[in-house]
Amino acid sequence: MSFFAITRATLTKDIRLEWRSKDAINAMLFFALLVVVIFSFAFDPTAEESRRIAGGLIWVAFLFAAVVALNQTWARELRNQVLDAYRVSPAPANPLFLAKAFGNFIFVSVLEALMAPLFIAFYKLRALGPGWQLVPIALLGTWALVVNGTFFAAISLRTRSREIMLPLLLFPFSIPALLGMVNATTAVLTGEQSAKFWVALLLAYDVVFTTACLLFFELVLEAE
Amino acid sequence: MKRGFPILAIVTALLLSFALYEALIVAPTEQTMGNVQRIFYYHVPSAWTAFLLFAINFVASILYLIKRSEKADILALVSAEVGVVFCTVVLITGPIWARPVWGIWWTWDLRLTLTLVLWLIYVSYLLLRRFSTGGKTPVIAAVVAIFGALDVPLVYFSIWFFRTQHPSPVIGGGGSLDPRMAHVLLINWAAFLCLAWLLCWTRYELEVAERRVEESHAMESLMEGSQ
Amino acid sequence: MNSMHYLYAAYIATWVIHGTYLTVLVRKYSRIRKEMERKPSAISRQTSART
Repeated sequence: MSFFAITRATLTKDIRLEWRSKDAINAMLFFALLVVVIFSFAFDPTAEESRRIAGGLIWVAFLFAAVVALNQTWARELRNQVLDAYRVSPAPANPLFLAKAFGNFIFVSVLEALMAPLFIAFYKLRALGPGWQLVPIALLGTWALVVNGTFFAAISLRTRSREIMLPLLLFPFSIPALLGMVNATTAVLTGEQSAKFWVALLLAYDVVFTTACLLFFELVLEAE
Repeated sequence: MKRGFPILAIVTALLLSFALYEALIVAPTEQTMGNVQRIFYYHVPSAWTAFLLFAINFVASILYLIKRSEKADILALVSAEVGVVFCTVVLITGPIWARPVWGIWWTWDLRLTLTLVLWLIYVSYLLLRRFSTGGKTPVIAAVVAIFGALDVPLVYFSIWFFRTQHPSPVIGGGGSLDPRMAHVLLINWAAFLCLAWLLCWTRYELEVAERRVEESHAMESLMEGSQ
Repeated sequence: MNSMHYLYAAYIATWVIHGTYLTVLVRKYSRIRKEMERKPSAISRQTSART
């Protein structure tokens, strides 16, 4: 099977399995909702201030929701010894990684699509800058979190305290991406600056780390 | 430990004492900041040493992935750990310097913020090494170290641009350096490099000894099991 | 001068950090060396296997 065929097959299988066991999805959707509500209680600014800080709040909320989703990335594979099968088979490891990363990307995007309207409502948000730019920012930012998150989730499999190891690794490495996402979003919401530099930074981050993850995933898989 | 070690220890102690004398007494007093500025002679060399150690960690990690030599793995571990120690010094002396000069404990100064992020990355690297089970920890750690090195330029540029948008006090000030101050700075750097070498050497020997003891325990239980 | 206190604090903090680290290392090392001397047989068997 070709590279893309394997990726697509794994991805559709994951989506189908997730859709069948809706418990996990529902729990995470509710968690995402809770995060937004808690943030709204914790940070209750006026409409003027909210535009300045909303970028940061939204992306931190997305980050926490993403970690919850990422933590169970490999759980099913681990339960069914799928990883051992992959190690033994001659199939390349990268399609597996990409399928997982795409699956996480879709899932986290769904969470974001749920949380964003709530943020807009609670904070009375309105983009003073070019609002369409929020789409590429969201895409690039989400991929940045998900690509490294999927990789570090695989690394965390063979560690004690697996669930805490993932954020321990992900957060420091994501700092430049986080700066990019937050500042780009704030730039668009306030309309005061151009988001161009931050989008370029996000793009560079995505390219560098997608390449690195693809280069090293096989090594990490073998090391399990 | 080998014979060179006591010599290094003595040289380090002498050099550090001499560097201290130079920093406190010989170096001229800075005009705007006064004597507090002398923190500079500890803050900056510590930062340079930390960055150098992290660079060594990067090279050792690559070397490990290519050659799978245990020495490279131990060197990676040691340089990361000592690097974090020097990083901690930077993060403590920085705010102590900022407070009397600017009245604030923290500033998003490029070097200080970069040091903070590096500290976070390498602490998480060390935690991964500690929490990791299974025999392939060195491989995974080496990969994470490479990720860290890839992250550094991205961190640098993101903070640099962030600072241009949110200007804040720069620790150490800009501008050129009085040659007498540069002289004292280099002496202190040499002293701290010797200290780093000493710490790395000690940690290296400790790690080698610990691994030997652990292996002998493993072998003993194997042999007991086979009886 | 109040600012001198900060100068001393910074220098002392540096020495405390390095000193603590070095002390911990040296203590661990002497403890390990004692353990290695207690069980010379296993270590030598393993060392000779290496050479």
